[in-house]
Amino acid sequence: MKRFLSAVLAGMMALSLMAGCSSGGDETTNEPADTGDTTTTESTSEGLFPAVPKEELKVGVIHITDPAEGTGYTYTHDLGIQGMQKELGLDDSQIVRKNNVSDTDATAIRTALEECVEEGCQVIFATSWGYMDYVEEIAEEYPDVLFAHGTGNKSNGSNFINYFGKINQARYLSGIAAGMKTESNMIGYVAAQNNENGEVTSGIDAFAMGVESVNPDAKVYVKVTGAWFDPEGEGQAAKALIDMGCDVIAQHCDTANPATEAENAGVYAVGYNSDMAEKAPGATLTSVMWDWSVFYTKAVEDVINGTWTGENYFGSMQDGLVQLAPCSDLCAEGTAEKIQEVKDQILSGEWDIFDGKTEYEDNQGQTHTLKAEEYGTCNWYYKNVEVA
Amino acid sequence: MELFLKFLVAAVGASTPLLFGTVGEILCEKVGHLNLGVEGLMSIGACAGFMIGMQTDSFVVALIAAFCAGVLAALIYAILTVTFLADQNVSGLTLTIFGIGLANFIGIYMLGSSENGTLKLPEGITAQMREIHIPGLSDIPVIGQLIFSYSPFVYLGVVIAILAGIFLKKTKLGLNVQAIGHNPAAADAAGINVTLWKYAMILLGGGICGIGGAYCAMIINSGVWISDNVGGLGWIAVALVIFAKWSPWLSILGSFVFGALRVLKYYMPTAVIQLPTAFYDMLPFLMTAIILVVSSIRKKRDLNIPGSLGVNYFREER
Repeated sequence: MKRFLSAVLAGMMALSLMAGCSSGGDETTNEPADTGDTTTTESTSEGLFPAVPKEELKVGVIHITDPAEGTGYTYTHDLGIQGMQKELGLDDSQIVRKNNVSDTDATAIRTALEECVEEGCQVIFATSWGYMDYVEEIAEEYPDVLFAHGTGNKSNGSNFINYFGKINQARYLSGIAAGMKTESNMIGYVAAQNNENGEVTSGIDAFAMGVESVNPDAKVYVKVTGAWFDPEGEGQAAKALIDMGCDVIAQHCDTANPATEAENAGVYAVGYNSDMAEKAPGATLTSVMWDWSVFYTKAVEDVINGTWTGENYFGSMQDGLVQLAPCSDLCAEGTAEKIQEVKDQILSGEWDIFDGKTEYEDNQGQTHTLKAEEYGTCNWYYKNVEVA
Repeated sequence: MELFLKFLVAAVGASTPLLFGTVGEILCEKVGHLNLGVEGLMSIGACAGFMIGMQTDSFVVALIAAFCAGVLAALIYAILTVTFLADQNVSGLTLTIFGIGLANFIGIYMLGSSENGTLKLPEGITAQMREIHIPGLSDIPVIGQLIFSYSPFVYLGVVIAILAGIFLKKTKLGLNVQAIGHNPAAADAAGINVTLWKYAMILLGGGICGIGGAYCAMIINSGVWISDNVGGLGWIAVALVIFAKWSPWLSILGSFVFGALRVLKYYMPTAVIQLPTAFYDMLPFLMTAIILVVSSIRKKRDLNIPGSLGVNYFREER
């Protein structure tokens, strides 16, 4: 019996090894397509790399979870990839996805990136912060392959760029909706990370400034879960904020649990990433959203046309990368008009958040300035923010 | 005071999935089988409970489905470890990986076939699974909120824990089961059907874990399906078994303490003390470590650990 079992186990192990190898095996095939035509380089003088014919193009994407989840960060990124694919008319076989690549697992990240290169991808998008250092490494090893990394702060000005956007424009606008709705003048904010993370912290500040612009008496109370994805903690944090007396819950985390918790408790919510009105129709005022297809389409077009400049990308509402979901019927009267008014100012360039000149007072009484592109350096909370 | 009351209520909510997982695991460990597959059992229970609940719109049917799914998943583990004597740790870990994967796979398939990319439980079942309200009782100040204001899951969990304790400590059958865990050869010699009871307890434990999973999918995530919805609670339940000294009754207290520690970071007034969230995340495990150290220093056998835990029983080797 035991011998039989060990034979079965050995067989299973051998099978799993083979399965593991098959995807990363042949290194000789599929060299990263180097068209090698110096002529094309000359014809498009501004690009750093030769143009890649659309039919030969392969696009790699590294996702931290599975896009099929239907909500959250990875889902919105993959919608962007799908939008790009449709816009440019690429075939399904031209998109190589690597899903569920943990951004703390060095081996998994290396393997995923190398597999993309070996499968012939000319451009590879890495969507999560933690991939940054590995993308930097591999970009050096494969100077002919183009890499773009989302949310980080590293790049090399050539085949490794960074992409993100002025999400804080939409956060400011969503703060207006929250500020006009609240009656207790207490607004909760479920944050994934503490003030060491500039992306989250600048988002809270932008939101709080939006709140203040329409309701100077309201305060924003922040609770930190300590993880990007913590379904239970996100719900508990929202519940604790509601228990404190908050009647609008905003969020910067991956699941819709803060919004659904708000719905259960009969208060209101501001969603993030995708439109959360589908998850919590009885609570969602509006949602802060990304349309990544704007960037992905531009980047892949650059590859096809040979116009890749190696410059970082920082999109905005003007480009359509950053969006705000339509205000729901739950919003206070006049919210949509007020938001539209500020939005018009942003779109026309008359006013913008974090222009690098305006001085902001933080909740410790000190003043700061902030440039939108340098959101990562933001480690202070605006004066009406309180860590609860 | 008001906030403290709400903290206690939130702690009970956070403790419920742990209670199911712990009681399920205790039943399994009482027959000497360390099942590291709790997370997987809960995931499968979550998936079955949620999907069936969504189709039938009935809370009771969803609970039964979660229980049955847990039993079926535990059957894999039981066949591997009881009949084929496979390594318990490896089998349990495999069950965890398999369970999470299967639940996510089914979830993603269902999401793909849904209308707007969202799976949400219908109104009927949500109304049945939400906090109860007993006129009169629930309105008593403090007590009403503390005792009569929870989802039916909470009461079910406590009842299961109490019944499991009575079974193990007060019935002859329960003592027989404990004997299997301490010394299967002796139990076998005493005429107890070791294989039968090992199967029975592992399957029962799996079913209870499955209900705990349903709590994760239906209450924690408010009836919206997401992948990985158990989120590591199964692992905490495994640690909690040690904390509860293998007693289902103590596990009620233990899971409440762990639940309270899990929500503490959100309810601790920052005016009192400001600590990094990571510190709070560490607390339950720190407490488990302390209890292990203290009980080993005292050198008393009060841990009540089943003697043959983790060791398979091969009858022909007697």
